[in-house]
Amino acid sequence: MIISEQKPLPEILESLEGEQRIFIVGCKGCAEACHTGGEAQVIEMKQKLEEAGKKVTGSTVADFLCDKALVKFKLKAHEDEINSADSLLVMTCGLGVQATAKVVDKITHPACNTINTGGARGEWWGDERCLECGECLLDYTGGICPLTACTKGLINGPCGGARDGKCEFEPETRDCGWHLIYERLKKLNKLEKMSAIVTPKDFSKMQPPKHLRNTILWALENEEKEAITK
Amino acid sequence: MNIAELAKSGKFVVTAETGPPKGVDIEEMLHDADLLRGRVDAINVTDQQSSVMRLGSLATCRLLKERGMEPVFQVTCRDRNRIALQSDLLSAYVLGVENVLCLTGDFVALGDHPQAKPVFDLDSVSLLITARELEQGKDIAGNELKGNPRFCLGAVVTPGADPLEPQLIKMEKKVKAGAQFFQTQAVYEPEKFEKFMKSVAHLKVPVMVGIVLLRSAGMARFMNKNVAGVHVPDNLIDEMDQAEDRAKKSVEIAARLIREMKPMCQGVHIMAIGWEKKVPEVLEAAGL
Repeated sequence: MIISEQKPLPEILESLEGEQRIFIVGCKGCAEACHTGGEAQVIEMKQKLEEAGKKVTGSTVADFLCDKALVKFKLKAHEDEINSADSLLVMTCGLGVQATAKVVDKITHPACNTINTGGARGEWWGDERCLECGECLLDYTGGICPLTACTKGLINGPCGGARDGKCEFEPETRDCGWHLIYERLKKLNKLEKMSAIVTPKDFSKMQPPKHLRNTILWALENEEKEAITK
Repeated sequence: MNIAELAKSGKFVVTAETGPPKGVDIEEMLHDADLLRGRVDAINVTDQQSSVMRLGSLATCRLLKERGMEPVFQVTCRDRNRIALQSDLLSAYVLGVENVLCLTGDFVALGDHPQAKPVFDLDSVSLLITARELEQGKDIAGNELKGNPRFCLGAVVTPGADPLEPQLIKMEKKVKAGAQFFQTQAVYEPEKFEKFMKSVAHLKVPVMVGIVLLRSAGMARFMNKNVAGVHVPDNLIDEMDQAEDRAKKSVEIAARLIREMKPMCQGVHIMAIGWEKKVPEVLEAAGL
């Protein structure tokens, strides 16, 4: 399971600045178990956004957002609501945000930080990878993770080594992650996001925070214990 | 001598480059550097270029300083995390090294230790911010320093990158982060460079055009195929191909490029890559 926690609301609202109409996407997989992006949290988020003066054009909760094929199918049913939105707020792990970005040509804001993998990875093994860094940057990068898409994991733009959109390491086959990000942001008319100076990552966040890990494991273990005693 | 102040004073800044040897025999490197004493304003010392393990940049900078030359300390984010980088910046300051060129660094797999763990804890932008923070008397974790250093910070840009826009966005970020001068990747097309200079004029930062000495037509073709953002036009390749004396031709081309681009920018950075001995000739021919 991929463990996530919601970003603080002020950070989410800051990322939605200048956007009025939002479509919310939740996930019935790990994010539901973590109470960060299930049905209940989507309803809650809708309320919070409306209180902040946003218009929520619609919402949906997919079974596993990490499964691109499924996401595409699920979002198809909400085409109009999505088309009329300025952006999507995706309430799940980094894989789900990246998978959603792959199938929708809208900015996909992450509502969560992905903390760690408590067991198996995402359901769908595509080329989206999440380092579970605990400080999701997908908001700056059009839903493409710079830590995994860029060979060097650079967070402030491309190095000088890219050529014809390919990385200096394996130039035949490997895309330059920042070229992908640039093309994506350009397509979405959000190139100004690339000008933001991103401060160095806090790698201590890649250690699973004790409180969260304890809470979830504690909850799951206790559930099991209760089931046994019953 | 502070490179940014030199440029501000209106002088056309001239820098060259030295690559420390793989090993401890420094005689040839120092001999080559001696040829440049008094001929260039500063000498860049590369930081294990192409990810090949070598003698360190900082130690070499100090050696140059002791021989009366002004070094530019090249620092990459490839091999050191933020603790080591900050420490090396402090070390540079106490060793009298003022000019620091902040780079991301090549990927490790391109060098002679492809198995090494890549670091890239910081990047060129955050390294600049880090150096500025140290100048304020604090490390980037916010802890107080005992005495604060001063630097003249530089960065790099590739004028021939395609597309150019991501490079321009990043260059602007580097200026915001504290870069006071730029040295460029090798340029062989003055017309393209002129356009580039126009598009960065608003940044009001000194730019030193990069010149890499062409050693042969084969080297030019190799760079065209393998080096990002570098393009040697066919007419230069033909010139090299037909030259009877390649070294002479190489010097002539470099000098011509410098003369053509001198009015467009604030300085030149000559990368001889093994032909350091030829640099004085290039300067002579370019009228510098």
